[in-house]
Amino acid sequence: MNSKTALYIVKRILLAILTVFLVITITFFVMHAVPGGPFTSEKAVTPAVQEALEKKYGLDKPLFEQYITYLGDAVTLDFGPSIKMRGRDVIDIIGDGLKTSAKLGLFAAGIALVLGVVLGAIAALNRNKLIDRIIMVFTTAFVSMPSFIMGSLLLILFCITLQWLPANGSTSAGLILPVVTLSLSPLSNITRLTRSSMLDVLGQDYIRTARAKGVSKTKIIFGHALKNALIPVITYFGPMLAYIVTGSLVVEQIFAVPGIGDKFVNSITNRDYPLIMGTTIVLAVFIVIMNLISDILYKVVDPRINLE
Amino acid sequence: MKKKPFSLHINVDSFLPASSEEKEYMIKMRPSTTFFKDGVRRLLKNKVATVSFILIVIITLSCIFIPMFWPYEYDDQLGVKLGQPVDDTYANLQPFEYGATEQEKIEAGESVFPHIFGTDSHGRDYFIRIVYGTRISLLVGFFASIIVLLIGMTVGSIAGYYGGKVDIVIMRIVDIIYSLPDMLMVILLAAALNQSGLNKLIEGTVFEKIGSNIISLFIVFALLYWVSMSRLIRGQILSLREQEYVLAARASGAKGGRIIKKHLMPNCIGVVIVSTALQIPSAIFTESYLSFLGLGVNAPMPSLGSLASDALNGIHSYPYRLIIPAIVISLIVLSLNLFGDGLRDAFDPKLNS
Repeated sequence: MNSKTALYIVKRILLAILTVFLVITITFFVMHAVPGGPFTSEKAVTPAVQEALEKKYGLDKPLFEQYITYLGDAVTLDFGPSIKMRGRDVIDIIGDGLKTSAKLGLFAAGIALVLGVVLGAIAALNRNKLIDRIIMVFTTAFVSMPSFIMGSLLLILFCITLQWLPANGSTSAGLILPVVTLSLSPLSNITRLTRSSMLDVLGQDYIRTARAKGVSKTKIIFGHALKNALIPVITYFGPMLAYIVTGSLVVEQIFAVPGIGDKFVNSITNRDYPLIMGTTIVLAVFIVIMNLISDILYKVVDPRINLE
Repeated sequence: MKKKPFSLHINVDSFLPASSEEKEYMIKMRPSTTFFKDGVRRLLKNKVATVSFILIVIITLSCIFIPMFWPYEYDDQLGVKLGQPVDDTYANLQPFEYGATEQEKIEAGESVFPHIFGTDSHGRDYFIRIVYGTRISLLVGFFASIIVLLIGMTVGSIAGYYGGKVDIVIMRIVDIIYSLPDMLMVILLAAALNQSGLNKLIEGTVFEKIGSNIISLFIVFALLYWVSMSRLIRGQILSLREQEYVLAARASGAKGGRIIKKHLMPNCIGVVIVSTALQIPSAIFTESYLSFLGLGVNAPMPSLGSLASDALNGIHSYPYRLIIPAIVISLIVLSLNLFGDGLRDAFDPKLNS
């Protein structure tokens, strides 16, 4: 790692911090721009009760003061109590959901990565043969299918028509379909990415050199080609996790998985502002950090990449 | 005259004046093609792209024209007649079934227009709801991309052409917006705008008919999605700016705006068309996603996403109500994507060489 790379990393981290700050700011002001506030949907409350409620949640202070307080609290992950679920802190609710969601997301990402690379390599090595065609047709179809459509169709097929799997995502057997749903689109993307970069690598001179000096085919594929072909896949790492996070919002809804996405969607319909803000910030920070890692990794792994 | 192979005799035939046929042959040169024609020719050669294009045209035309002659309306609750009790027989009809009063009419020998996809739980003809949903999705996709295109093009060309401090400032802003998790911000903004005073603001204008949620969707697109377009155009302009013809234009006294409009824009139009075309499916995708979460169109207006999400409640009894919008969305997005890919192959000059 030279000084140029180090400078890039520092710059990139600063941008990430700025982004997180911006996310918190936008979330705060957008939520406070909503007229009515969190208590309007409640039954008629007397002005005195309203005042007491606002005082309790600190809503009577000037906006800027509230903002500074919120900023400080957000850094320590203290998002205050939920307004609709009495007596529970936002961070506890998020923590509850996070366990299930993390399991879901990790499995989906793992399957997408492993299977995607394998299928992509197979397609590239059998270029224009039947197996390549089949893989390409399926991946093309899956890439453009929204996750909620995919989830709904799988639900109809496996839970209603065939009745093989439970439609309720709170059991571990019920997590199979959500994981499959979430992994199919990134899986297709990774397959296509691996295929094209593998084809690119296989045409390089050093592969010809290796073949000319008599290296076995397996060794060429695993020792020479695959390693370099995987570099572009790293760039997809960040977007993939972003996709899985946003995809899980609806997928958890479809399969009734008690995860963080389910909480988020419910908090929107319930207008539970602290929960909306808390969830947005937690998920956004996660995506920003993952993007940061994948960007840095990409530059560090491949020294040929121009840091501009 | 007989020709001897090794003699120096010259073939006299070669020196005869050309006949009119030969002249004709020489005159008929290949007609010169423009960049656009050449691209279209290459596009038509691409079978997948052509089929996708035909599919898009069919879908578009049918959602323009079908509502004109279809006897049912998307918000028409067939069981509800003024001054009569609600007729429950119209709710949740299977495809090609009829409500009680319609059944009587058929028995009396009158013809009744069939409910091809049945009706929904409110007794509304499902087919026309699908058609309207498709219409909304296509409209949102199209207009959102136009908005993205206009903003992205303006900002990108300004940054690319002027360079220096302007470029740095604009590109920093672009970087920051780009690194925001877009979908979360979209959900947040859509949720907030839904609750905001937008409803009252647009009351009585043309926008009221479209609904506040769709407007807020456009606002969200205008705020967040122009960044990648402006990046692309900036990159194009940066490389085009160094060309000789720009220097020539500047030497003859052309101003910045004119150079951007007359020289730089036409030359990056191919890339712009392609990325706009690819923007449409992603906008449709976002709209259906938000509608699925209940943040999209205002009820009773249907959209493919909200139809799918409504169908989730009765999924055990009426799975086709989910499958139909699912197939329509997938078809639209897939064919737009394939057509966009075809456009890129046809119009990207880099691939020509």
